Amino acid sequence: MGRTVPIDPITRLEGHGNIKVIFNDDGTFKDIFLQLPDFKGFEKFCEGRAVEEMPGLTQKICGVCPTAHHIAGVKALDDLFNVTVPAAAKCIRELMHHAFIYEDHLLHFYFLGGPDFLVPENHPPHHRDFWNVIAHLGDEFGKRMLRTRRRVRELHAAISGSPLYPVCGLPGGVSKHVTQAKKSEFKKISQEALDFAQETIALFHDRVLCHSRFSALLANTAFENHTYYMGMVDEQNQLDFYDGVLRVIAPDGHEFCRFSGSAFQSHLAERVDAYSFMKPLYLKKIGWQGLCDGSSSGIYRVGPLARLNVADRLSTPLAQVELDHMIHYFGGRPFHHTFAYHWARLVEVLYAAEKMVALTSSAQLTDPNIRNLPVAIKGAGTGICEAPRGTLIHHYTSTNNGIVKDINLLVATQNNGAAIQLSLLNAARTMLTKEPFSDDMLNLLEMVFRSYDPCMACATH
Amino acid sequence: MTEFLSTNRFEPSIIGFLCHWCAYECADAVGRSRSQYPANLHIVRVMCSGRVAPHFIMNAFKEGADGVIVMGCPMDSCHYRSGNAQALKRMTLLRSLLPAFGIDTERLQFAWVGAGDTKEFIHRISSMVGALRALGPVGRRAVP
Amino acid sequence: MFWCASCGGCEESILDLSEHLFTLREKAEIVFWPMAMDTKYDAVKALPDKDLTVTLINGAIRNNEQVEIVRMLREKSKIIVAHGSCAHQGGVIGLANFFSSSALLDRAYKDMPTITDPGDVPSNTSKLNGTRLELPAMRRSIVPLNKVISVDYYLPGCPPSPELVKDALFAVLSNDLPELGTVFGETKALCHTCPRLSSKPEKLKLTTFKRLHEVEWDANTCFLTQGLVCLGPATRGGCAARCIGANMPCRGCFGPLDTDADQGLNALSMLAALLEDTTPEGLDRGIKSIPDAPGLLYRFGLAASILGGRFQGGK
Ligand code: SF4
Ligand code: SF4
Ligand code: SF4
Ligand code: FES
Repeated sequence: MGRTVPIDPITRLEGHGNIKVIFNDDGTFKDIFLQLPDFKGFEKFCEGRAVEEMPGLTQKICGVCPTAHHIAGVKALDDLFNVTVPAAAKCIRELMHHAFIYEDHLLHFYFLGGPDFLVPENHPPHHRDFWNVIAHLGDEFGKRMLRTRRRVRELHAAISGSPLYPVCGLPGGVSKHVTQAKKSEFKKISQEALDFAQETIALFHDRVLCHSRFSALLANTAFENHTYYMGMVDEQNQLDFYDGVLRVIAPDGHEFCRFSGSAFQSHLAERVDAYSFMKPLYLKKIGWQGLCDGSSSGIYRVGPLARLNVADRLSTPLAQVELDHMIHYFGGRPFHHTFAYHWARLVEVLYAAEKMVALTSSAQLTDPNIRNLPVAIKGAGTGICEAPRGTLIHHYTSTNNGIVKDINLLVATQNNGAAIQLSLLNAARTMLTKEPFSDDMLNLLEMVFRSYDPCMACATH
Repeated sequence: MTEFLSTNRFEPSIIGFLCHWCAYECADAVGRSRSQYPANLHIVRVMCSGRVAPHFIMNAFKEGADGVIVMGCPMDSCHYRSGNAQALKRMTLLRSLLPAFGIDTERLQFAWVGAGDTKEFIHRISSMVGALRALGPVGRRAVP
Repeated sequence: MFWCASCGGCEESILDLSEHLFTLREKAEIVFWPMAMDTKYDAVKALPDKDLTVTLINGAIRNNEQVEIVRMLREKSKIIVAHGSCAHQGGVIGLANFFSSSALLDRAYKDMPTITDPGDVPSNTSKLNGTRLELPAMRRSIVPLNKVISVDYYLPGCPPSPELVKDALFAVLSNDLPELGTVFGETKALCHTCPRLSSKPEKLKLTTFKRLHEVEWDANTCFLTQGLVCLGPATRGGCAARCIGANMPCRGCFGPLDTDADQGLNALSMLAALLEDTTPEGLDRGIKSIPDAPGLLYRFGLAASILGGRFQGGK
């Protein structure tokens, strides 16, 4: 009955998972499955909890993107308590969020997905890790990268209480204001971050983009998936990580639909498979048509590549220039190539750094009015933001006494759940035609899903 | 530790934490007056009801007690001034936790009796036994 | 480094060593770290017993695959450190023990508005076009690491602060080890190192507690004194009052002072003692002013509590 080749565990990503490659008796490729064995049940054990504790509690779903959960959670509380947030609090929340996106994307490039391209090709797969990246790029550069990331996380900690788990979100604002002294320190750190972002872009161009293997992969259409794309945009259809409308574009680039708030329930649906705890999402209006792309399939993608497809332009100059390079390289948008996620992620590193510099020069940042007290309770609230790995939606309902009745979480990597499996299927079909095959080919499958920077703890919560 | 004392009907086991100065004295008085309190009650003597930590209660449920009762002196005559008031606050808050653990609040009771209140003592214990007979045995730990 | 039912935050607390990672690399060779290194289980299984100097395991135990792997790691390692609140006490995900696993699964995979055609539910074995696939069986409840393997040291906190991780790692690597079973961090409650301690009166009296969204508070005064629930007095120090620094009260992630105590009950006694009004209405008002006492008092320590979670069977 054929043979199963497991890749267990899949590594250099967040969370548990394994890939099962199935071969027929004659050694030809038959099927491939991505299995997520973890499940925690946040959507049940949050019932009965005090609703104001949700941002601090739901963030424990993922220690790699806790700030995103904190932001989506606190925005859901703003909605549930029907309270508007003063400008200073919005500015503080945005600075924290962009600092987090900046350093989390760098984590992926230098530690998780990037090493597959930053470590010279002659190294075997299990040598492609952060240590060898530093050995190859030099200790001095390695220390500067670690230092920059630490400084940005220290900025995040100064605002939110921790380099990792922010606790400052409250319905109607934040718990701590920013002093003038802190502001100037943050300004310095943001400028350092921007300088390092530009250095990373330059490194990407001369070490990865013209790295024979990477450019060969980019030229190989087996790694393209013509899916829909979703991301958050502001009124001018510019990329916005913190607030705005969710815009969905079709594989040919035309706008398919846009929605915000609780309308997500009529646009997005979850699918349940028996073999994995992940609930992949698909476009409800098109429906689930199986693992295939194209305009008749409900499969869509989120995250860096999707955001750069969905936004007409970026609101910061240097990032827009880099986006133009991408558009020129691929001959137009939308970008469909899975490995282009790496480049899109670095465009967002640049964008996040420029936003940090802008936010730390804004007068609003140090305004003492950081909170409006809620005066009512609506009992239902939706909070949406863009996490590094894609759109994140928190929806809460509560009693009038503010006790959680139920919560529904649609978490970043779930949006990409189907697309990841589709990319693996396409790659396996073209690469693993017949046994025997080298370790490198199997490792290529891991490189496919690493492009998405998947977070398995989030996908299963 | 569920005992079947009389017929094969379920007989709840109750752990009673009784303060030495009033409640335990009262239990003794019941015995001396040749009347009886239900055998379901297993008494643990403590110096003051204020000494009863919530851990004693939860451990009793863990070991299989179907009910726990904490008995101390009437409110303003605790031998240690406010021991019973501390116990009242602690037990009331602990009671509000029990439903989350799948334990009916009826399974934890408290009573303030003077050394001579034998009738009240017998009444409280018998009514608790009746209530627990209806509830049935306490559940089992899911955690190994 | 290995992670069971974890969020990845403890892994990040290792990466937060930042430049110290260089000194770590000089002192030790890292063999197995799925988040950051591409080593497979088979490679670790092939190692001789006690070959690894130390293994930091974070995350709680949720399924049987994790039990197998941690048992294997116990054999391969001289020292096992329970890294972070989930491994130490079950962590936030231990709150799942207030529910049966079928309730957890039904909500997530059946009665959810965004599931339009609820069909399958993830199951231990399934078949899809001819292929049999397995998922590790979920255990009935979450348990901390020391319920499954013997643990030598504990790094408390969600996540432990990078300084604590550094002290522990370098203590192990330079072999000056504290007594077995030591929980790193301080031996006194958080209040002792809290910048607001001076504003906390010796005898504090409250009638009701207030909720975070209802009031504003002073950024320098003790939270409890302002009537806001803070679990500092029932929590081990060691985080440098991280949340207090963000002007938010402590939720107790560093766990209880005495190693395997029931943190929820310690916090319960502490809060009950503050309530002044013992008249029936007054006391009722005071108790009801703590919203969701089980979820607040057992935010991190339910799996390690005396009852461990919801009783099955009885009412
Ligand atoms: S202790 Fe906290 S940071 Fe560590 S794995 Fe558990 S939830 Fe994540
Ligand atoms: S109760 Fe909280 S705020 Fe007050 S001293 Fe203790 S830790 Fe600090
Ligand atoms: S203040 Fe409390 S909840 Fe916050 S990190 Fe310290 S111990 Fe954990
Ligand atoms: S001595 Fe009886 S309650 Fe204190």
